[in-house]
Parts: sequence; C-alpha cells; structure tokens
Amino acid sequence: MIPGFPAADPVGGLIGGVLIGVAGAMMLLGAGRIAGVSGIAARGLGLSSGNMSFSSAWMFLLGLPAGALLVMLVRGVNPIDYVPLPAVLIAGLLVGFGTRMGSGCTSGHGVCGVSRLSQRSLVATAAFMIAGILTIVALRLASIAW
Amino acid sequence: MNALRRLLPPLASGALFGAGLTIGGMVDPARVRGFLDLFGNWDPTLAFVMGGAVVVMAIAWRIQARMRHPLFAEKFSLPERQDLDGKLIGGAILFGIGWGLAGICPGPAIASLALVPVKVLPFIAAMVAGMALHRVTLDRKGS
Repeated sequence: MIPGFPAADPVGGLIGGVLIGVAGAMMLLGAGRIAGVSGIAARGLGLSSGNMSFSSAWMFLLGLPAGALLVMLVRGVNPIDYVPLPAVLIAGLLVGFGTRMGSGCTSGHGVCGVSRLSQRSLVATAAFMIAGILTIVALRLASIAW
Repeated sequence: MNALRRLLPPLASGALFGAGLTIGGMVDPARVRGFLDLFGNWDPTLAFVMGGAVVVMAIAWRIQARMRHPLFAEKFSLPERQDLDGKLIGGAILFGIGWGLAGICPGPAIASLALVPVKVLPFIAAMVAGMALHRVTLDRKGS
C-alpha cells in the first residue's frame, strides 16, 4: 500500500515489471532481438519485412496468452472491464497504425529502448506517454467518463 | 534439437512477458488509464512495472555489450537507428492517443486473449487493421 493511493498495487507492479524485464533479457541475450510486441506481431502477420523468422515470432506471440493463462490459473485475475466498443475499435486502429508508424510500442520503445538509453525510444516513450495523459485530460474536459 | 534451441527462447520470453503483464496489472484497462490520469485519480502502479522492467533490462544491456553473439543465435539483430523523424514522433502520438482512449497496448491485448477473449478480440481486429493500413500506405516500400 502507498499512502494516498489506496488502489495502487506496487508489489504486483514490481513483480510484474521484473518478469517483463527478465522476458526482455531472455529475448535479447538468447535470441539477440528486441522483445517489441508490435513489431513481432506485425512480423507474425506478414505485415513487416523484418528478418525475424515467422516461427520465432509466433512462439513469442503464443507465449503471451500462455503466460497470462498460467497466472490466471494459479492466482486468479481481478475482473477486467473495457471501455465501450466504439472507443475500443478507434483505439485499436490508432494503436495498430501508430505503433507501426512509430516503430514500436510500450515494450520495444518503453522498456527495451529506454533501458538501452536509445534516443529514438526515449523520445517516442515521452511522446506516447504525454499523448496518453492529454487524451485522458481531454476526455475529462469533455465530461466523457467510461 | 536445433529448432528447439531456436524456438524455446521466444516462447519462454513470451510466456514470462504475458505473466508479467498480468501480474503487473497491464491487462486491466482501468489501471492503465488510471496511470495516465496524472491530473486526476492517479494510480502509480504502472510506474513500478516500467521501473522494474527497465532496471532488469538495463542490466541485460550491460551483459549484451560483453557478448559476441546471443546464446541461441548467430548474431544480434538490433535496431541501430539514432535519428529522430516525424514518423517516429507522429506514430508515437497516435499510439498514445489510442492507449489513453482504451487503456490497452499490443502486449496486454494479445495476452488478454487468455483472460477476456470476447472483450479483447475487437481491439485486436482493429489493431491488425491499423497495422495493415500502415503497411499499404506509409510502408509501401516495405522498410
């Protein structure tokens, strides 16, 4: 518990973060690649011309829900609510297009690139965080709560 | 055996990644949007997720710098670009708007197929459509 932030889960966050870091380290030191989900997803779908093999890309993509399933079976997961469907669809389009245009997402830029102190990733991470924060501010100003 | 050596690292990495996203709360849009709600009801949890992941990865980069090749591959295949361009920043901004709208980014979306498949499927369909749209518009040369 953090005083003033009753809903925060710093322990779960830290454990989850360390696991994500170890996962990225395995990809880097084992396969010699960045564990960037948007890039690997595009590669698996044939929507990028990177040089990662399709089989490796699909192994990583299949691993994601497999790991989530394991956690759900072992310790359960709190109920998960989504925003209304139209917003989900618009967001999905923006996330898909934007991550390809910007060459990465939270994992590739935010974790792998930032930890490498890559100039491009530091700038991209700042840009998508500020854009996300301002989006929430705009929704608040428009009194849209979902 | 060779295929196993090649396929096991990405599978194990993906599984650990998916477990970490689930334990860290990244699969919960309310928590993600709470983190982005800096001027409202801020939830700092994701700062711990990113902090933990970045510290571990920073150590991994130190180790990588001393390795001649990865453990299970012939060579490192890493991004080397250093230049900043409009695509990088514009793309990141579009992504950030979508991330703020729905509280979902690509990794948690795919991991959520095991948790809330019906809810996440429309997001994934739209995300793939967005990637395909980029492919046929800005990425026609296939970079």
